[in-house]
Amino acid sequence: MKTYDSEDRYIKDLDDGKREIALSTDDIHVSYGTHEAIHGVSLAFERFKITALIGASGSGKSTYLRSLNRMNDNIAGTKVTGKIMYRGLDVNSNEVDVYEMRKHIGMVFQQPNPFAKSIYDNITFALQRHGEKRKDVLDETVETTLKQAGLWEQVKDDLHQSALALSGGQAQRLCIARAIAMKPDILLLDEPAAVLDPISTATLEETLMELKERYTIIIVTHNMQQAGRISDYTAFFHLGNALEYDETRKIFTRPKIQATEDYVSGHFG
Amino acid sequence: MNNDEIRANLLKRSRASRNERFGKLISGACITIIIAVVVSIFYFVASKGLATFFEDKVNLWKFLTGTIWNPSAKDAQGNPQVGALPMIVGSFSVTFLAAIIATPFAIGAAVFMTEISPRLGKKVLQPVIELLVGIPSVVYGFIGLSVVVPFVRHTFGGSGFGILSGTFVLFVMILPTVTSMTVDALKSVPRAYREASLALGATRWQTIYKVVLRASTSGIITAVVFGMSRAFGEALAVQMVIGNAMLLPQNLISPASTLTSVLTMGMGNSVMGSLSNNALWSLALLLLIMPLIFNILIRWIGKKGAMR
Amino acid sequence: MTPRKWDKIATFVLYMISIFIIFVLAFLLLYILISGLPNVSWHFITSKSSSFQAGGGIGVQLFNSVYLLVLAMIISVPLSLGAGIWLSEYAPKNWITSLIRNAIEILSSLPSVVVGLFGFLVFSINMKFGFSILSGALALTVFNLPLLTRKVEDSLQAIHYTQREAGYALGLSRWETVIHVVVPAALPGIITGMILGMGRIFGEAAALIYTAGQSSPSLDFSNWNPLYIASPLNPMRSAETLAVHIWKINSEGIIPDATQVSAASSAVLVLFVLLLNFLARYVGNRLYARLTGVKERN
Ligand SMILES: Nc1ncnc2c1ncn2[C@@H]1O[C@H](COP(=O)(O)OP(=O)(O)O)[C@@H](O)[C@H]1O
Ligand SMILES: [Mg+2]
Repeated sequence: MKTYDSEDRYIKDLDDGKREIALSTDDIHVSYGTHEAIHGVSLAFERFKITALIGASGSGKSTYLRSLNRMNDNIAGTKVTGKIMYRGLDVNSNEVDVYEMRKHIGMVFQQPNPFAKSIYDNITFALQRHGEKRKDVLDETVETTLKQAGLWEQVKDDLHQSALALSGGQAQRLCIARAIAMKPDILLLDEPAAVLDPISTATLEETLMELKERYTIIIVTHNMQQAGRISDYTAFFHLGNALEYDETRKIFTRPKIQATEDYVSGHFG
Repeated sequence: MNNDEIRANLLKRSRASRNERFGKLISGACITIIIAVVVSIFYFVASKGLATFFEDKVNLWKFLTGTIWNPSAKDAQGNPQVGALPMIVGSFSVTFLAAIIATPFAIGAAVFMTEISPRLGKKVLQPVIELLVGIPSVVYGFIGLSVVVPFVRHTFGGSGFGILSGTFVLFVMILPTVTSMTVDALKSVPRAYREASLALGATRWQTIYKVVLRASTSGIITAVVFGMSRAFGEALAVQMVIGNAMLLPQNLISPASTLTSVLTMGMGNSVMGSLSNNALWSLALLLLIMPLIFNILIRWIGKKGAMR
Repeated sequence: MTPRKWDKIATFVLYMISIFIIFVLAFLLLYILISGLPNVSWHFITSKSSSFQAGGGIGVQLFNSVYLLVLAMIISVPLSLGAGIWLSEYAPKNWITSLIRNAIEILSSLPSVVVGLFGFLVFSINMKFGFSILSGALALTVFNLPLLTRKVEDSLQAIHYTQREAGYALGLSRWETVIHVVVPAALPGIITGMILGMGRIFGEAAALIYTAGQSSPSLDFSNWNPLYIASPLNPMRSAETLAVHIWKINSEGIIPDATQVSAASSAVLVLFVLLLNFLARYVGNRLYARLTGVKERN
C-alpha cells in the first residue's frame, strides 16, 4: 500500500457565513479502548445537502458517522473527544440529552434492521413511546413516510404483516421511513445500499434525492459512482483522518490531494 | 418547533433518560436479589453446619471418618457419635458407580447422534433425551421402588434396597444430561478434523475413536463430572431405594444411606439447635460444598482442554 | 480383524446403545401409564386423599401443586427477566460481573434438597412463615431463578445487536428498547424456557418437603378469600404437593393402596410434565412464526 502524507490535507471550510450549517465537528477523536480510530476530524455539513463520506474500508467512516449521534456510547470502552455542534450546542457533552438528540439526528444502518413487528408498528412504535398517541396522526405518518421512502405502493395492503418478511431493499426503505417518521433534522446513513441489488439501489438514491429537500443527509458509501451521483459535498477519509473535503464535483474532477486523486481514479493502494 | 424550543428540549432531562434510569434500577435490583440469595444460602447453611464443630466441639476429622451416626447418644468416652463416613461413602459410591455406567452409554448415544445418524439423532434421540430430563425425580424413585428394587432382590438377593438400586436409578437420571453435554462437546470438534481423517483413508469408527473423541476428551469429562454433581445431590429418588441404614456399606445390595437421604429423613425429627440437628446441617454443608468442588473441577478440566 | 470390520461392529454397538435409551424411555413411560392410568379417574383427581384406608384421591395435592406453581412463577418470572436483562444489557465487562455469573451458576448447581433446607431455615423458621405455601413458593423460586435467568439472558443475547441500535437511533432508552423490541423478539425462547421451568417446578419435591410441608389442613373449597384460614388460597397454610405425596406414601407406606395411588399420581405428574414439554415446543414455534411471519423454525 502506498503511504500518503496525512498532513497534506484540504478541508473546505463551509462555515464561512455564506450558508446554513446543520452540524459541524471540531477535532473529533474516537478510540476503541487503546486503539484510536479517528485522529481529529473537523468538518461542517451544510443544511439540506447531501454529504458523502468516502474512503477505503477501515478508514474510519462508520466510526466518525456513528460518533455524530453518539451511537458509539453504547460500545463499552469507546471514547469520543472533541466538539459536535448542533444548533449551538455541543452534542458531545453531558449537558445535552442523548436520547432527545437522537430524535433530531436519525440514523440508517448498513444492515437493514426492521423490528420483529408489523410494518405499521415499525414506523409508529418509537413515536408512540415518545408520546404520540393520536391514531390519525400515526396513520398519516405511516403513509407519508412510506411514500417518501418509495415503499407505499408495495406494502400499503400489508401494513400489519411482519416486517421481517420484506426483501432486503424493502426492509432498508422501511428503515428510512422509520427514521424520517421522527421528523429529524439530519439523517445519517451508513452504506445503506451495501446489501441491495442495483435496482433497489437506484430507487434508494432517488429517495435520497427527494429527501434532501427536507433533511440534511450524511451518507457513508464506498461506491464512488453513487457519491458522484447524489452528493453535493464529499469527504475523503484515510486511516482515521479526513484528508480532503470539498464540493463533490471538485473532488471527482480536480482533487487537490494525491491520495484523493488515486482513490477516486481507482489507483489507490 | 423553533430553534429555542429544540435547544431547551435538548438541555432538559428527557423522558427516555428517566426511563433508562428506572430500568437500570429495576434490573439491578433483580440481580441484587439473586446474589443476596446465593450469599445467604452459604451464610445460613455454613453458620448452622459449622456449629457442630465450633459450638458442639465435634472434631472435624472424627466427623468425616467416624462410622457411627447416633447423635442423640454419646459413646463410651462421652463424645457425641456423629460419624458421617457411612453416608459419605454411600453418596460417593452411588455417584461414581452411576457415572461409570452412564459414561459409555452417554458417549455411545452422543456419537450416534453426531456422527452416525444426525437425522435420527435430531428427530428421535434428542426428544427422547429431553423427555427423560423432564421426568420428575420422585417418579424415578417410585419406579426404582417398584421395578429396580424387586429386580435386584430377585437377581442378587438381599432386600433389594441398597447402593446397587440407587446406582441404577441415578444412572437413568443422569444419562440424558451427560449425553446432551457430550453431544455439545462432539459438535464443537471442527468438521475439518473429521474430513482430514476420512481423506487419509481412516474408517468412520477410526475417525471417531482416534480424532473426534480425542479432540473432545475434556468436554466429555466435563459432562461426566457435571452428571456426577447431579447424582451427588439427588435426594428423593435415591432415598426411596437405598434402604436408609446408617451403616458403612459392606456390599452393593445391603441397605445404606447417602447424605441426601439422611437429610430428607432426619431434618424433621430433630430439634433446632440440638447437636443432632446441627450435625444434620453439617451434612447439608457438605452437600453445599460438593457442587462447588465439582464446579471447580469442571473449570479446571475446561482450562486444561483449552490449553491443549 | 480389519478396520472395516471394527467399523461395522462399532456402528452396531452404537445403534444398540441408542435403541437401549429409547427403550428405557419407552419402558418408563409405558410402565407409568399402564400401571397408573387405570387407577386415574375423575373421582381420583378430584377427591381428598385418605390417610389410612384405600381409595383416596389427589384433588388437594393437585390443587396445591398448581397453586404453588403459579405463585412461584409469579415471583420468579419478573425477577429472572430483570436479572437476565441486567446480565445481557447492562452488565459491565469486569470481574464483578463474572463473579455474579459464577454465583448464579453455583446457585443452579446446588442440589434441590439444599435449597429446600435453606428455605426451611430462612423462610419457615427465621421469617416465621412456617410450613406454608409461601415458604414453598419462595423455595421453588430460589430453585428456579438461576435457570430462568440464564435462559432469559441467552434468549436476549441471541437477538442481533442491530435490533438494539435501531431502537437507540430512534431516541429510545436502552430499557425501553429491551422491553419493547428485544424481549418481544426473544419471546419464543423465553417462553419455552419458562414452560420447561414450570415442568421442573411441578415435579419438584425435595425443595418442598420442609418448606410447603408434607400435609394439608382441611380446606373449605367454598371460600376463596386468601385471608380466610381454611381457604385453599390461604398462602400461610401448609400444602403437600403431588410430587411430595408420591414420595410420602412410598416412604411411609401407611395406606394399603400406596402402589396404586403412586402409580396413578405418577401418571398424572408425568402427563402434566409431558404436556408442558409439548406446550413449550408448540408455543415457542407459534410465537416465532407470529413474530417473523416465517412458517417454520430451524
Ligand atoms: N467496535 C469496534 N471495536 C474496536 N475497533 C473498531 C470497532 N469498530 C471499528 N473499529 C476499528 O476502527 C477502524 C475504523 O473502522 P470503521 O469506522 O468501521 O471503518 P469504515 O467504516 O471506514 O470501514 C478500523 O481499524 C476498525 O478495525
Ligand atoms: Mg463502515
